[in-house]
Amino acid sequence: MSATRTGNASVLSHALKDALIAAIVAFGLFMLLLGFLTDDSRGPLRLLSRPVLLATTVGIVFVGRFLISLLYYNAAALRYYLGELWTAICNFAREFKIALLVVLLLIGGGWIFFSPKDWPLILITVATILIGVRFGFSAALLVFAALFPVAFYNNPYFLGIAIIILTYVMLGWGLNIVVGLAGLLDLGYVAFYAVGAYSYAIIAQAYGWSFWVCLPLAGLFAAFFGILLGFPVLRLRGDYLAIVTLAFGEIVRIVLLNWVSFTNGPNGIGSIPRASFFGIPFNATDEGFAAKFGLEFDPTHRTVFLFYVILALALITNWVTIRLRKLPVGRAWEALREDEIAVRSLGINPTNTKLTAFAIGAMFGGFAGAFFATRQGFISPDSFTFPESALILAIVVLGGMGSQIGVAIAATVMTASFELFREFEQFRLVIFGFAMVGIMVWRPRGLVSTREPTAYLKERKTISVEHVAEGRG
Amino acid sequence: MEYFLQQSINGFALGSIYGLVAIGYTMVYGIIGMINFAHGDIFMVGTFIALIAFLILVAIGITAIPLALFLMLLIAMLLTSLYGWAVERIAYRPLRGSFRLAPLISAIGMSIVLQNYVQLAQGARVKTLQPLITGTHTVLDLGNRFVVQISNIQILIVLTTLALMTGFTWIISSTSLGRDMRACEQDLKMAALLGVDTNRTISLTFLIGAALASVAGMMYLLYYGVIDFHIGFVAGVKAFTAAVLGGIGSLPGAMLGGLLIGLIETYWSAYFSVQYKDVAAFSILIVVLIFMPTGILGRPEVEKV
Amino acid sequence: MTNAPILSLQNLTMRFGGLLAVDDLSFDAKRGDITALIGPNGAGKTTVFNCITGFYEPTSGGIHVTHDDGKKFSLEKLPDFKIAQRVHVARTFQNIRLFAGMTALENLLVAQHNTLMQASGYTLFGLFGLPGYRKAEREAIELARDWLERTQLTDRADDPAGSLPYGAQRRLEIARAMCTRPVLLCLDEPAAGLNPRESDELNVLLRSIKNETRTSILLIEHDMNVVMEISDHVVVLDHGKKISEGTPDFIRNDQKVIAAYLGVEEDAVEEIEAEVGL
Repeated sequence: MSATRTGNASVLSHALKDALIAAIVAFGLFMLLLGFLTDDSRGPLRLLSRPVLLATTVGIVFVGRFLISLLYYNAAALRYYLGELWTAICNFAREFKIALLVVLLLIGGGWIFFSPKDWPLILITVATILIGVRFGFSAALLVFAALFPVAFYNNPYFLGIAIIILTYVMLGWGLNIVVGLAGLLDLGYVAFYAVGAYSYAIIAQAYGWSFWVCLPLAGLFAAFFGILLGFPVLRLRGDYLAIVTLAFGEIVRIVLLNWVSFTNGPNGIGSIPRASFFGIPFNATDEGFAAKFGLEFDPTHRTVFLFYVILALALITNWVTIRLRKLPVGRAWEALREDEIAVRSLGINPTNTKLTAFAIGAMFGGFAGAFFATRQGFISPDSFTFPESALILAIVVLGGMGSQIGVAIAATVMTASFELFREFEQFRLVIFGFAMVGIMVWRPRGLVSTREPTAYLKERKTISVEHVAEGRG
Repeated sequence: MEYFLQQSINGFALGSIYGLVAIGYTMVYGIIGMINFAHGDIFMVGTFIALIAFLILVAIGITAIPLALFLMLLIAMLLTSLYGWAVERIAYRPLRGSFRLAPLISAIGMSIVLQNYVQLAQGARVKTLQPLITGTHTVLDLGNRFVVQISNIQILIVLTTLALMTGFTWIISSTSLGRDMRACEQDLKMAALLGVDTNRTISLTFLIGAALASVAGMMYLLYYGVIDFHIGFVAGVKAFTAAVLGGIGSLPGAMLGGLLIGLIETYWSAYFSVQYKDVAAFSILIVVLIFMPTGILGRPEVEKV
Repeated sequence: MTNAPILSLQNLTMRFGGLLAVDDLSFDAKRGDITALIGPNGAGKTTVFNCITGFYEPTSGGIHVTHDDGKKFSLEKLPDFKIAQRVHVARTFQNIRLFAGMTALENLLVAQHNTLMQASGYTLFGLFGLPGYRKAEREAIELARDWLERTQLTDRADDPAGSLPYGAQRRLEIARAMCTRPVLLCLDEPAAGLNPRESDELNVLLRSIKNETRTSILLIEHDMNVVMEISDHVVVLDHGKKISEGTPDFIRNDQKVIAAYLGVEEDAVEEIEAEVGL
């Protein structure tokens, strides 16, 4: 329906009608749950009424729906103007590429001149943009990540968030092998994260081995669990597989919760040994990192060290995945996602192929878990609940299944917004949930919806997602 | 023996609740082939609506238990089905015909929304309701130390479930809506070509599923008397497990699966350990699926080569 | 080189519940021949294929493949992927099953999985890009290039298989099966949906496969132009039973076959032929 055909008055009345219906529905939805509060703070359960809250919410829905309807009925015009604007910006950027770079450098120079204290931040910005212009987005992201601790050395809060983001990037990449490449829907990925974390914590405490010895062990244990889960579920397809992986995740969590003698149950495991810099601990003693390198003791040293550890782990995950995609095993994963029957007709063992995907995906989950344990110093089953699995799966799907860069972006955006709005508590989660719905409606195949071929004869062409299957497994 | 009989009665009541929720999963899956992850939270919303409705009824002076229960049921079904409808309209309809994982993620999003919305609106604390229906009947007394009893609330749960199942089976088998639903289940596109209003049918499916979940929610509230914003997840996972166990897409299967999960859980808690009752339910699910990959009453999937 | 038939079916029976899809079927396919399996719709041809390639486990009976070196395999108990992997029987599908989101070249590389997997030291050598694997991959690409040329798909090598036109997809599926280096190639209605020119090209391709690679071919086909022109031996199925077999010329004039296709009793054939003026 375009504005020109229906006329403005009609658009307005349509929008009003929509808004009225929405308000009535909203009233029905919210009348009890928002209109009343069940309160038991003083004695038995009683009701408090909240007419103002109810009226405000319904009012917001009315106005919101009215505006959305207005936009919707004028969508064609709106889209046209936005498109024009975007083209203009792109044209301008192309015309004046050099000039823009010079301006950027001038701004950077001026900034340093007036506020020399900020130099790391300016350095990272300028370096990122320059690298980005020359070598593309991925390289820029890498440079940004590598320089991040330099720029934000004085901001441990940001460093902490960056570490969490990288952990999720790594988890996303790990799950991407299973869901994105092999097309096996796994709703219990967090189980492997938990296995990694608990194996690290228990081994490190029991034997006192260092992080670098325990890390591969944790990965191996997780991979073993991946195979353990893989065996029974190989015959299952689609949503049966999904529910069994979910059940597996819950089983692992319940066992961790109740096997008190081994896991200390709901109280969790505390004082897990911290990672050391090749045997040199991060503490204020004479044997500590600061003393050895003649620096003043600063707890940020450890944070920066952890940042680079998780960055390295994530990059290893990425490197291995990229390599595996170009190897027969990786191609077999993708072929399995496309058509399992055809895979079998070509003499490829589907069982082994699925098991390797499960095992390798689980292994990276285990590495991330071990890192999580050493960073936190404390773990409990509360960290490994289903919503965590859902979050990682959402990262993979929102990023664009199979796309490494897409997963990285999705992990960054989701985790960062999640952490930055922590003070809004539940409200942020409501928004977060709606955002998940919104992104799926906007881009059902995720942010990056193309596939890079793994080999080419003449030229490398990106494959549009419409041809790519999602897998029935 | 008496102990076993008693546990069977308890398991049957619990299983009825799971079965009612499982029907919502199985119907939606049968028609549009998606796991409605938010269904467990619809159940939870149902418990809250029932609770608030009851408190309002008491406040305006309707205290005769049968009348109060009936009104409570009506309000809960009406308002909860509105939630079911709204969720479908907002999160699933725009994704119709889209890629398989998109509605699943969208459903997980809706589940997060509902949980946190209820927590925001009603607080995170556990709500406790005094038992409304009391009284028990002795079923078997052999003069041993153990007496087998069935409580009124258990009778109510089983009877309500039976009534709803009968009504529901009638809707599916004998009304035009039921015919549309069966047609959509067989082939959504073809049904649309033959003039079935698929959007309306799907909306009504969500509506009915939510209404059944709200009844289950109300029974849960009456049976246990303790609810919080988080019960939807566990109940939802159990009910979905029940649906898969019975054979997803099959209505008798959902009920059977629900009863089985309820019984397994109760027996396990009674004879082994309460802590691992969920592990028992999930393990049996895994074992059943390994030997019957499409559940107990599901249509066996013939691999088309 | 042995003289035993490449493929030999003995009393093959396949039952689905109450339905007898294949009923006590026996026939041989000679080494180096193109053997065609024909019959009216629902005669059980694809079921026979699925039994040979291991997608169904036959109710009873035996399926044997004998390699050139005299090595004999029993197929009836082997799972599908092992038949392709060890016995080197490759197949195509009635409704094309390509990896639609992968390029034509990638499709052919997936087909060489087992060779490449060994060369990559089960992934380990490949991960670090050791020279042995790089060489194997170059060879794999060469083989793929060769088959792309034979099937006239070189220009579309880097396009997703799902974007190719129908005829090209049929050819790509044959190329993919050939990249597994089969001794027996089973084609399920390769000419279905092709126009006359494409089906002539298919004849040329199948003949060149037979003559140049010495691969034996077993083929289900409805297009009699293809069947009569290229097959050396024809087996006719109806209602799961073999009703006739022989050279194309023999089959062309066999009353039983004509009756089955017309759906009438054998003695009614002449009557009908007279009616339509044959």
